[in-house]
Amino acid sequence: MAATDFHFVRDEMAPVLPPPAATGGLVGWVRNNLFSSLTNTILTLIGVIILRLLFEPLVKFAFINAMWTGENREACLGHHGACWPYITDYFSQFIYGRYPISERWRVDIVFAVFALGLVPLLVPSAPFKRANVIFMLIVFPVGSFFLLTGGFGMEIVETSNWGGLLVTLVIAVTGIAASLPIGIVLALGRRSKMPVVRLVSVIFIEFWRGVPLVTVLFMSSVMLPLFLPEGVNFDKLLRALIGVTLFASAYMAEVVRGGLQAIPKGQYEGAMALGLRYWQMMGLIIMPQALKLVIPGIVNTFIGLFKDTTLVLIIGLFDLLGQIQSSYTDPTWATPTQSHTGYLFAAATYWAFCFSMSRYSIFMERRLHTGHKR
Amino acid sequence: MAIQEHSATEKPSRGSLLHDPWVRGLFYQVVVVGLVVALGWEIISNTMANLARQNIASGFDFLDYTAGFGIIQALVHYTETSSYGRALYVGFLNTVLVAAIGVLFATILGFIAGVARLSSNWIIAKLAYLYVEILRNIPLLLQIFFWYFAVLRSVPSPRNSVTFLESIFINNRGIYTPRAIFQEGGTLIGAAFLIGIVGSIVLHMWARKRQEETGQPFPSVLSALGLIIGLPVIAFFVTGMPVTVEYPVLRGFNFVGGLKLTPEFVALVLALSIYTASFIAEIVRAGILAVSHGQTEAANALGLRPRPTLRLVVIPQAMRVIIPPLTSQYLNLTKNSSLAVAIAYPDLVSVGGTVLNQTGQAIEVVGVWMLIYLSLSLTTSAFMNWYNQRMALVER
Repeated sequence: MAATDFHFVRDEMAPVLPPPAATGGLVGWVRNNLFSSLTNTILTLIGVIILRLLFEPLVKFAFINAMWTGENREACLGHHGACWPYITDYFSQFIYGRYPISERWRVDIVFAVFALGLVPLLVPSAPFKRANVIFMLIVFPVGSFFLLTGGFGMEIVETSNWGGLLVTLVIAVTGIAASLPIGIVLALGRRSKMPVVRLVSVIFIEFWRGVPLVTVLFMSSVMLPLFLPEGVNFDKLLRALIGVTLFASAYMAEVVRGGLQAIPKGQYEGAMALGLRYWQMMGLIIMPQALKLVIPGIVNTFIGLFKDTTLVLIIGLFDLLGQIQSSYTDPTWATPTQSHTGYLFAAATYWAFCFSMSRYSIFMERRLHTGHKR
Repeated sequence: MAIQEHSATEKPSRGSLLHDPWVRGLFYQVVVVGLVVALGWEIISNTMANLARQNIASGFDFLDYTAGFGIIQALVHYTETSSYGRALYVGFLNTVLVAAIGVLFATILGFIAGVARLSSNWIIAKLAYLYVEILRNIPLLLQIFFWYFAVLRSVPSPRNSVTFLESIFINNRGIYTPRAIFQEGGTLIGAAFLIGIVGSIVLHMWARKRQEETGQPFPSVLSALGLIIGLPVIAFFVTGMPVTVEYPVLRGFNFVGGLKLTPEFVALVLALSIYTASFIAEIVRAGILAVSHGQTEAANALGLRPRPTLRLVVIPQAMRVIIPPLTSQYLNLTKNSSLAVAIAYPDLVSVGGTVLNQTGQAIEVVGVWMLIYLSLSLTTSAFMNWYNQRMALVER
């Protein structure tokens, strides 16, 4: 019957189809992320060209064409790459400046103690936080002050002989350590209920935040001596430190204020209901929470300050960049690639410091973002 | 009854004045005022004594004295015989110029990099990531030095200039480009350009109103482009092409004619805009990510195509997040332009430094700096507060 003839039984295997376009594995990834459409392909090509334009000269300069050993400029002349022996030759100057060679162990000790004290402070799970903070904020600054300047039978080293990374770190660390307490007081002042206190804090904060650091440094180097009574004189480094601290404390105050605003009102009310006085409430309840919240902000301020320390070369201090800049006048290593090499070294050093700090700040941000935010 | 009734106006008794918060607040504030006044008095009296001892006359009379130093780049007429006040004005204009051009380039580069970081193309996204993470972690001063000393100062001398299209010359004295010189009737072209801008704004407002009333769209962007470009072009031909182009020519040891950009200016603009753009890129990225994905999905569900979705839904909401930090980056760029002093670009701080060295009027010069930068900052924050209020979410 015709109606029953519609059955179909396959008596041979269907032909094998080609496998679907790869969606997994390397091929699939490349297809999805680099060549998914025409515009995407064009973008990929543009990206590759830019990458090549930027990184080929850099790699060639820093590694392939670079000169690695040598005594003086003769070794590097004729090479179109970095002149690394110049950096090795000058390395100790870039770290210590003109600090007397026989006394450099003192700087080494300060660096080592700083690193040893800082690491357990940064690792959230490390014990003895309170003792560590007291050590780093009181014992370490006083100790390193005497160790670096001298006295007590040690040779006295004028701060005008300090230089390089030493000055960079001294300014950055002192600036941040001194600006934290001032910033906290200013932040509390700005949130105070007393109008005069609030006004004074606001004027102070907005004034320092409104002017560039260069003018602040000029001010501290040319105007500060005028403000002081006759006979009192600060040395150049101290003047720069005062300027940097005032500048940084205004930024710190805004960071701390952000933390204070994030603390729910119930915390204040709870503290008051327990009968705590203002400073007890702030010291025991509010500040511990607020400061913990703003650790990323503090680290970011520190990164900014660390980069801004380069500005002190404008008022004649020799920080890392200033030291590198002044080494260009030495004819021993004068080659066409000398300045490029020096800037590359400086950039790499600053980048390593700032990038690791920003990673730490991101790490803390993730850690503190524990989900009980309101 | 033992319960006492307090009226609302009556203050509860504190027993002693010592425990009255109002009295204590007053006491602390008096102490603060006293400290501030004492500090100010100490500073002022010391300063007066020091100035008298060093024989420095205070006051702003020095602004009228002859400056006697040259400035390599002046937007207004300036010679060595001009006054200190004029020199500071030239410096201020140079600051504004470098800040304005820096802001323009930083915005363009920053928006491109910020959008590129969100690109689905892996290479583009990583490239933008590298750009942001490398550039913003290197001090700005180092970048300025790099562009100035390592790049622009190490290009060949004028005789061996790097040449593009036989008209743009790059050498260690600067960058020379052709310059358009407007002759008689040239102002008409400028006027046509201004009319074009005003006309397109009016047209846009009219088109918007009509669309809201009748629903009929009008291609206002295209017609604005036509007005802004077309009107000056028509004026150009109507007035008989009154524009000549002056090309820079090598004469003796240097180029003459054309537009000269000093290496200091170019280095500063490059460094400022590339550095600031890396921060703007992060702001733009955060702003776009802040628009929840539900908004895009809702727009798609309404049948909007990708472009209108971006233009009408995502960007307006992202801008609300982007603008406040963006303004503060602009302000940072302006303040950072004071680093010009390190490469002797004659900005306000650099010129002021020269004036300060010549006259010894430290307080007055620093005062002028602070006043100008502070007023820039305060104006910007005033704008920001106004914008925030205008743009704040109107909640139900």
